[in-house]
Amino acid sequence: MFLRRFLTRIATTLVTLFGVAVIVFVVIRVVPGDPIAMMLPPGATDADIARLQALYGLDKSIPQQFVIWLGGVLHGDFGTSITTRQPVLGLVLSRLPATLELSIMALVIAVVLGGLMALTGTRLRDTRTEGAIDVANGMALSVPDFLWGLVLILMFGVLWPVFSISGRVSPALVPQFHTDFFLFESVLRLRFDLWLDLVGHMLMPAVALAIPLAAIIGQLLKQSLKETMHLDYVTLARTKGYGENHVITHEALRNAILPTLTLIGVQFTFLIGGTVIIERLFSYEGLGNMAIDAVINRDLPLIQGIVLLFALLFTLVNLCVDLLYAVLNPRLRHA
Amino acid sequence: MSFLKIRNLSVVLRGTRHRLLRDVSLDVAATEVMGLVGESGAGKSMIGKAVLGILPRSAQVVSGTIEMDGVDLLSMDPRRRRALIGRQAALIPQDPLTALNPSRRIRPQITDRLVDILGWDRARANTRAEEILHEVHIAAPERVLGSYPHELSGGMRQRILIASAFAAEPRLIVADEPTTALDVTVQKQILKLIHEMQAQHGTALLFVTHDLGVVAKICQRLTVLYGGLVVEEADVRAFFRAPVHAYSRALLAATPRHSDPDADLTPVPEAVIAAVQDQVLAADRSWTHA
Amino acid sequence: MLDGRSLVKRTAGLRLWLSVAWLSLLVIGAVFAPLVAPQDPLMQDLFTARLPPFWMHGAEPGYWLGTDSLGRDVLSRILYGGRVALIVALLAGSATAIIGATLGLIAGFYRGWVDMVISRLVDIWMAFPPVLFSILLIAVLGTGLGSVILAIIVIDWTRFARVVRAEAMAQGAMDYVASAQVAGRGRFSTVLTEILPNVLPTITVLLTLEMGIAVIVEAILSFVNLSISTDDPTWGGMIAEGRVSIHQAWWVLVFPLIALFLTVLSFSQLGEGLKDRFDPVLQ
Repeated sequence: MFLRRFLTRIATTLVTLFGVAVIVFVVIRVVPGDPIAMMLPPGATDADIARLQALYGLDKSIPQQFVIWLGGVLHGDFGTSITTRQPVLGLVLSRLPATLELSIMALVIAVVLGGLMALTGTRLRDTRTEGAIDVANGMALSVPDFLWGLVLILMFGVLWPVFSISGRVSPALVPQFHTDFFLFESVLRLRFDLWLDLVGHMLMPAVALAIPLAAIIGQLLKQSLKETMHLDYVTLARTKGYGENHVITHEALRNAILPTLTLIGVQFTFLIGGTVIIERLFSYEGLGNMAIDAVINRDLPLIQGIVLLFALLFTLVNLCVDLLYAVLNPRLRHA
Repeated sequence: MSFLKIRNLSVVLRGTRHRLLRDVSLDVAATEVMGLVGESGAGKSMIGKAVLGILPRSAQVVSGTIEMDGVDLLSMDPRRRRALIGRQAALIPQDPLTALNPSRRIRPQITDRLVDILGWDRARANTRAEEILHEVHIAAPERVLGSYPHELSGGMRQRILIASAFAAEPRLIVADEPTTALDVTVQKQILKLIHEMQAQHGTALLFVTHDLGVVAKICQRLTVLYGGLVVEEADVRAFFRAPVHAYSRALLAATPRHSDPDADLTPVPEAVIAAVQDQVLAADRSWTHA
Repeated sequence: MLDGRSLVKRTAGLRLWLSVAWLSLLVIGAVFAPLVAPQDPLMQDLFTARLPPFWMHGAEPGYWLGTDSLGRDVLSRILYGGRVALIVALLAGSATAIIGATLGLIAGFYRGWVDMVISRLVDIWMAFPPVLFSILLIAVLGTGLGSVILAIIVIDWTRFARVVRAEAMAQGAMDYVASAQVAGRGRFSTVLTEILPNVLPTITVLLTLEMGIAVIVEAILSFVNLSISTDDPTWGGMIAEGRVSIHQAWWVLVFPLIALFLTVLSFSQLGEGLKDRFDPVLQ
């Protein structure tokens, strides 16, 4: 049973990814404006154009181009960036760590903030504090990350400039590391000065991304916690001599967390999608910022690569959450 | 001397003057089995909940005292009261399907109180868990302890809950209609088990039920409630021979006899209900003016 | 005793009215922008560059909320930018609603292979980062108001399709739909007369929320300079300029940001308010 669920899930994921590839390819082949013409100096001959078209495979029929392109993608060949003339895969992979670190940091902040709000709201349920938490959550939910980013820039970049609002790392500190996971590697190498600098740069964009998700987690988790608090096993735990805090964290939380978990999966993909504009806003050198530059420069192979990578990331996150759900839910595990 | 002593306990619906319990007084001696009987809404479960400190938020104690082993619970600091109740008392809940945490295995649900509240070491608690499961006639304790609740039958789960209640050797157990949610075939076994365990451990038992037949089997004394008011308190044998209050008599007439299950049952007559309601109103009048 | 629930409930009406008030103000300001705007929003004048708002030292009369680095009046640009925001909200919102809801109704009522195809498409759409997708579409379609609206439709139809499909399925399972069909009504007429009226409240709520989203998407696109032509005032464009000169003239960023913030918040509060109005039980 479990295996079959798992295999079906993988199959639908593959169908989705194929659909994504088709759509990306179709959309990009419709782009007006000839990228080849943009690459050549004025006065290039027709022969030059033909040679370049052949080089990028643009002289073949559209389905042929798709098959060639998809074959390449499956072998890890995403083509060559038109603006930088470097392999797309390398470019994309060099920026991915920055975006992943930012997304994960935002997720952690959202889970901690949202979890604290839910626990506080449950502990102080039916009081003014809970009402205030509800109103704050509603506000945080209605306003998207882009606007929270701007608010944070004003507050902590201008009014009380304690955090950096631009870039990933101070120029003087740019590290020469083996990987591009600067945050992670700086801990391994015990470079805490660098680590603090990185966190100082990431904190504001990460908080902007985290605020809406924190509100959603806070709202849903609090709701399911409150429902759980009425159940008999929670009451039984109270008679055993446990206090309200213990009952919430040890009896209710584990059962209340499952619906929240599935939601976090979908919402985390929205968060990753939000990095595109947030990275732009904070001039953070990640994948999203690179994507917008690629669109502005009409760098088709690079756009393709980035969109595909995002789609892969999205579907993988959803797959992981589904599996995690199955592992955490004892009913499903033994079914 | 009584182990549990309730005096003039009144509980209202929070924010109103509507009473759910009306000046309830009752005593349970150590090792005694006291039945709390009444129709639904009579407040019998409410008394058990008040004793264990698990009244719903909508209910509020407004007057009276609950003494456990000579200590007044209601005037205690809430944290110390919880710990005291956890050490001295336990609950056998009504519905075994919802009273076990679905995402925890059975073992920690039995041993948690022993370790956290009574301060036993883990090995001793584990041994105790196995021992107590043996006592409730569970054949393979090791396997059951490692299971999740959904892997076990309802009867099995109720046995576990009974075992869990007795595991810490409490002085008082509140059994809140422990057989109502079970199959008729299982009901008898569970009742017998509770009786057996109570006798073995000498625990005082507050047995909440709507079934006078059950009371006759396992209780020594009983308290009849109507509308949160104590209507009659009596020794079981005396009660079944000759109930004093008209309402008690009517209730008894409405209960099927095991000796003669086909005999005609008389529902409680309206005149009796009107009389007992008057009694409730009179109690409220004197309370309001108090 | 004031409990949590009543705090939320008591302020709900107030928040709803504040939202309606702000949106009305915005509509009036946008419609009558040529009459109420104190300056020409496009007029550049380097002698009046970076004037502060009226209460600060160095302000000039007639430039209430100050000027940007090219000397253009911030208040006038916000009013004209409000026009773009509202047009996009209205057109993109309703077109998205119509297309998404239609597909959702078809999928939810007819089921079968149509449902399969539409649901698969929704799955595929969910795998795209929406902001990146919209930027990509604008790059493909070219800048301009029409492209912005089209991009929003292409990306957001799934929001309606998903919810309406689920509702239509639930409604389709109900007795009154079956009895309408037994009575010999055609399937198409059943959808129109029995199901559509019941999902209309949901569509209205989603539409209100979608308008807020459309305003944000337009702002994001003009922020990365991909919305309408760069000369026309847009809130996103003003925010982009303000972001650059934030340390010299904060007001260029702050005022359009406040306008955008209030508009998005109002649409969403309005949507929540409508949801509670339609749903008798406040969940």
